[in-house]
Amino acid sequence: MSGKVIKVSGPLVVAEGLKDANVADVVRVGEMGLMGEILNMTGDRASIQVYEETSGLGPGARVETTGYPMSVELGPGMLESIYDGIQRPLTEIMRVSGDTIARGISVPALSRDKKWDFKPVVVKGARLEGGDIIGTVQETAPIEHRIMIPPTLSGTLEDIREGSFTVDEVVATLRAEDGTLHEIKMAQRWPVRVARPYRRKFVPSEPLMSGQRIIDTLFPLAKGGTAAVPGPFGSGKTVVQHQLAKWTDVDVVIYIGCGERGNEMTDVLNEFPELIDPYNGEPLMKRTVLIANTSDMPVAAREASIYTGITIAEYFRDMGHDVAVIADSTSRWAEALREMSGRLEEMPGEEGYPAYLASRIAQFYERAGIVECAGSDGRRGSITAIGAVSPPGGDLSEPVSQGTMRIVKVFWSLDSNLAYARHFPAINWLTSYSLYTSNLTPWYKENGFEDFLADRERTLSILQEESALNEIVRLVGRDSLGAADQLTLETAKMIREDFLQQNAFVDVDNYSSVERQAKLLRIIIELDKQGRKALEDGASMEGLFAIGVRERIGRAKYVPDDAYDEEYRAISRQAAEEIAELVAAGGENR
Amino acid sequence: MIREYKTIREIASPLMIVRGVEGVSYDEMAEIELPSGEIRRGKVLEVDGDKAIVQLFEDARGINLAESKVRFLGKPLELAVSGDMLGRVFNGMGEPIDGGPAILPEEKRDVNGLAMNPAARAYPAEFIQTGVSTIDGLNTLVRGQKLPIFSGSGLPHKELAAQIARQSKVLGSEESFAVVFAAIGITFEESEFFIQDFRRTGAIDRTVVFSNLANDPAIERISTPRMALTAAEYLAFDMDMHVLVIMTDITNYAEALREVSAAKKEVPGRRGYPGYLYTDLATLYERAGRRRSKKGSITLIPILTMPEDDKTHPIPDLTGYITEGQIILSRELYRKAIAPPVDVLPSLSRLKDKGIGEGKTREDHAGTMNQLFAAYARGKDAKELMTILGESALTETDKLYAKFAEEFEQRYVNQSYETDRSIEETLNLGWELLKILPRAELKRIKEEHIDRYLGAEAQ
Repeated sequence: MSGKVIKVSGPLVVAEGLKDANVADVVRVGEMGLMGEILNMTGDRASIQVYEETSGLGPGARVETTGYPMSVELGPGMLESIYDGIQRPLTEIMRVSGDTIARGISVPALSRDKKWDFKPVVVKGARLEGGDIIGTVQETAPIEHRIMIPPTLSGTLEDIREGSFTVDEVVATLRAEDGTLHEIKMAQRWPVRVARPYRRKFVPSEPLMSGQRIIDTLFPLAKGGTAAVPGPFGSGKTVVQHQLAKWTDVDVVIYIGCGERGNEMTDVLNEFPELIDPYNGEPLMKRTVLIANTSDMPVAAREASIYTGITIAEYFRDMGHDVAVIADSTSRWAEALREMSGRLEEMPGEEGYPAYLASRIAQFYERAGIVECAGSDGRRGSITAIGAVSPPGGDLSEPVSQGTMRIVKVFWSLDSNLAYARHFPAINWLTSYSLYTSNLTPWYKENGFEDFLADRERTLSILQEESALNEIVRLVGRDSLGAADQLTLETAKMIREDFLQQNAFVDVDNYSSVERQAKLLRIIIELDKQGRKALEDGASMEGLFAIGVRERIGRAKYVPDDAYDEEYRAISRQAAEEIAELVAAGGENR
Repeated sequence: MIREYKTIREIASPLMIVRGVEGVSYDEMAEIELPSGEIRRGKVLEVDGDKAIVQLFEDARGINLAESKVRFLGKPLELAVSGDMLGRVFNGMGEPIDGGPAILPEEKRDVNGLAMNPAARAYPAEFIQTGVSTIDGLNTLVRGQKLPIFSGSGLPHKELAAQIARQSKVLGSEESFAVVFAAIGITFEESEFFIQDFRRTGAIDRTVVFSNLANDPAIERISTPRMALTAAEYLAFDMDMHVLVIMTDITNYAEALREVSAAKKEVPGRRGYPGYLYTDLATLYERAGRRRSKKGSITLIPILTMPEDDKTHPIPDLTGYITEGQIILSRELYRKAIAPPVDVLPSLSRLKDKGIGEGKTREDHAGTMNQLFAAYARGKDAKELMTILGESALTETDKLYAKFAEEFEQRYVNQSYETDRSIEETLNLGWELLKILPRAELKRIKEEHIDRYLGAEAQ
């Protein structure tokens, strides 16, 4: 079915003669075959958003519909790849068109030549339903790719083959109830705007470890949860996102660079193959899929990139993996939505954003969760969604931040004043929150982190008190505070500098296991407790603030992983001894 | 096929509507021939059936609806590029205005460029020594970075930018470099300041100037930076040169964009700027960088004046989100006669971490940098407290911090526009200032570095 262009305005093209086309169909526009998607239909006129630059396109150009909605190709070969917003492999594009991205290039998302070793796990004659696993491919060293019956099919397995196949070759045949035969290949397609089905959803109850102290200790995220990282420019959003992409304990990471800098994606491409995953000892790249729509790439594809990413994530979830989707930045996606909405001459809502902005944001985050996957074996998989938000001027009252805050459960609020003082990660401990703490409490209790929960409460209250005390200090000076309050300030400083600060550029400090976090925090909280007691017992305040163990605690986070346990014990002993001495000396003076 | 029409129906500068057109395509160039024979240029912003909306690049004055003719050229706005551009001055449309001959083009390039494939980029990691301590020591510039200067009206951004252009070098390399300078809606005096400075240092022979001054058509400002970047791309990726692009003033550029957007009656975003300002600025800034397959690089220093010194204004705000850091100038430091008045704390170079350290600058660079930032932040707080409560309200340590902050501004930040400090000098100066503080406070620096660089006389 083909029509003709009648209007071109940037990425928006209006074509007529398409009365049989469906809304959301993918179309090819003009001689170059630019890819686009139908947004609206009026009579036989279709408004089309084109995913590539439209310059040179004019009325009369041909528009061809494919009859299919915007889809991604799912199968072995996605890991370690970098795709653009509509799942074209960028390394392949580089081979075809050089350093820049020419228009109208069509490259398959999955390699057609590469052969994968397919090992069946079911036998001929098996009764299968959508989502059932029929075989596996070891896609990369850490990730087993499980080939599933597409969600829409079910029936009896007529044939299944073991061996080396490309994604185009048939590995099994399925006879449906109505008698039709379906060929099953390793690759399947799925429309990106439709969530892949699952059996049922659960409430997240297991923490997602990120190796970042402020996150795991104070504002933890749960597997299958949602989080947002808002912050003004230069507050370290991207570094936080990269840290999460590197160190979260999931099986697969989908990193969506949505309207951000090209160099950031280059950085990931250079760095991830070198970094070793602490959970499985393999390079991080082997579990990562990158989606890059950098800020200089066409804006319409930016809108699609988020959906491309989450659909790939759902596919890995369906295999029973834990997946993290990291989107940097959802504000750019919202701006792309706004730009198309403006060109469609829709009535704008707040700040020019379309009225459906909040519902689109909610739909995206709702595709996260921990679920029982489709299929009959009851396996579980999860998607954790983490989105960066770039509020203009750092003002959180704008629509994208507000729409996001309403839906996410964890909020890591980045603060430019912390960034100015080079306190990184610049997550503000007073304005951030996690609503998962109570859901996660049973997990911590079962896994021997009882003390840790108490220490976390204490830490938060010390930090709260510090902020109140600082108000007083600003008015009347620090000397007017009592010894106990001054100790609170000292401890708060220690928590901030020696615990919460974490240097992403120092190898030892990059990643900190939750056990190590708990032990370090224990030392600080215990020192505070003993200090309070010592003050009551007559120890001098100046002496308490000058004990040598303080500097040693300051350097504790840089102790290598294999030596920290011993060092932490030594610190605890030294702290106890030094305080005992102080109390003894104080007692004499009294 | 060149098509000529005499069907201009409406002119509302900078937009023009032509009716009855056929075969016109989006984004192509149009020439308008006035009855006098004069030629003006524009580009197609929208085609709807037989109606084309054309954005004029020049003044609409004198265009007559009945007599003027419009020709559609079937190609986008192009720049003739060649190595002979070096040493020449062009207007915002890429035409020579220095009285010299026309450029014999090696090639004609679409000024909009194409998006760079992130897989083809090389990550910028080569340290550029600018000789300015606040940049080299704290907000290190690397080759292929885009690092804007956020200034305010009346602040000395041009002196700083000229100093960077004059002193920048990559240590231990003798590669060919070039400067591309785009004057976007600035005054003659400001533009002349740069050109004189390039002349004084002899850099003028390796400089390409694109000049759209304050009295040139505002609409031409939309094409000026694109011309400059197209020239820079040619020099960097076809002629293997290391190109430094200075663009001033982006605020004027954004205003020109707003003017066109308002004329098109688009739904405005914040402060009347179009919703696509981010994307538009990104298509400029993202053209900086390095490519794996090429030797050359484009390092971009855009300059913008923040209206009312407001960093949250959309122009600096969106720029800050796209660029790899920012150098912010402070009015307060300027009043204290500190030159260059770089506001250290909110300034940032996002790429510094890959460009510093052993083998690049010195092993102690990262640690001292973080320590200086943290100490200055605390010292500034202490000074503030001191003004409210008096010196006696400070603890002994905080008094030292306050002293540190003062000395830091006077000796480290302050250096004059003519001083070219080597990275060694900058780092050693940092250590000298850190001596003011007790050793136990230096938690951000590795012990071994403190032992090596702080010297025995310290506490």
